[in-house]
Amino acid sequence: MEIPYTVHEREDTGLYNAKVGIWLFLASEVMLFGALFSAYILLRVGASPGAWPTGLLNVPIGTVNTIVLITSSITVVMAWASLKMNQFGKFKMYQTITVLCALMFCGIKSYEYYDKFTHYEIIKHDGTVVDGHLVSQNTNEVVLHVSHKATGAATHGKEEHNAAGQPKDSAKNESASHAAGGHHDEVRVPRSEIRKMENYGPWHNTYLAIYFTLTGLHALHVIGGAAVIAYLLGPGSKMWKTEPERFTNRIEVSGLFWHFVDLVWIFLFPVLYLL
Amino acid sequence: MAHTHSPEEIKKSVRKYMMVFGALLVGTVITVAASYIHFENFTFTVLLALFIASIKAFLVAGWFMHLISERKMIYFILTATVFFFAGLVYLTLWSMAPDSFIHIRR
Repeated sequence: MEIPYTVHEREDTGLYNAKVGIWLFLASEVMLFGALFSAYILLRVGASPGAWPTGLLNVPIGTVNTIVLITSSITVVMAWASLKMNQFGKFKMYQTITVLCALMFCGIKSYEYYDKFTHYEIIKHDGTVVDGHLVSQNTNEVVLHVSHKATGAATHGKEEHNAAGQPKDSAKNESASHAAGGHHDEVRVPRSEIRKMENYGPWHNTYLAIYFTLTGLHALHVIGGAAVIAYLLGPGSKMWKTEPERFTNRIEVSGLFWHFVDLVWIFLFPVLYLL
Repeated sequence: MAHTHSPEEIKKSVRKYMMVFGALLVGTVITVAASYIHFENFTFTVLLALFIASIKAFLVAGWFMHLISERKMIYFILTATVFFFAGLVYLTLWSMAPDSFIHIRR
């Protein structure tokens, strides 16, 4: 028995079933991400003045990722338009670019995560802080690659901490000194002097917790969406020969999900990277 | 746009898609450039960033997702979504007010 309304629209809604279904699903996704964005607002507004870190993320890399997703958005809609114009070859080309953009996005995001997981903050027994990227470690010592401000002023890499024993915008200093053309040194810290050593994972502070939650969930959506698009590009494209209109509708519906993933990033990027 | 089937109409839409793509790239550049400008009022900075993001979101939703010419059923689903999303954000902001009754009174 043929599933009704996979191609022709229902008389009451004027839509085929999958389109109603995907919009209902996207509505639920809006609530999911909306809840996390609300959590972000709550955490940020509730933070003590000056306690919310800024400058932890690389803006140029985030901008490249934004452009990658925007490009994938145009290619996914062009893939659908190509099918509407009966150009199957162009459809394959555009969908291939979409999948490549998705892989590029995930690759760049992986690099950003790797950067955070190799960025350490060491608090020594005397309360001083050393902050930088891990070079090497063994049973005796940990070597970090820290940066110093070009002006020569005391930096987070040297013994700088505030009255509460917390680092003074340590990561922000590192990013700022990178931008200011500061030079880098290797600092060796004997393990016997280390009270606490922690990388910039989601456990490091509240900002990173919500950053990893939001971007991690978004990345899972990118992977899921890319998997569906890749399936429809590959084995799923057989349907073009037997039921071309139904196949075109599948491309439209998967494209709608992909545009939603892009929409979420359009808000994530300024909120996490720029504000 | 979602209910047009002729290749000629789709060809006209392609030009619009390209214009939207260009606008999105420009919007991204403006967003990043604006982030380097230091405004005295942080609230203005936030509103500016969200305003530019909303314009970009409108372009994606309106033309790429074909919402600008969709059926009433979709508008109804989205209106309900906006209502509940606004409620979610409002409840969050309301709970943060110092005199909100949900805070434990000692």
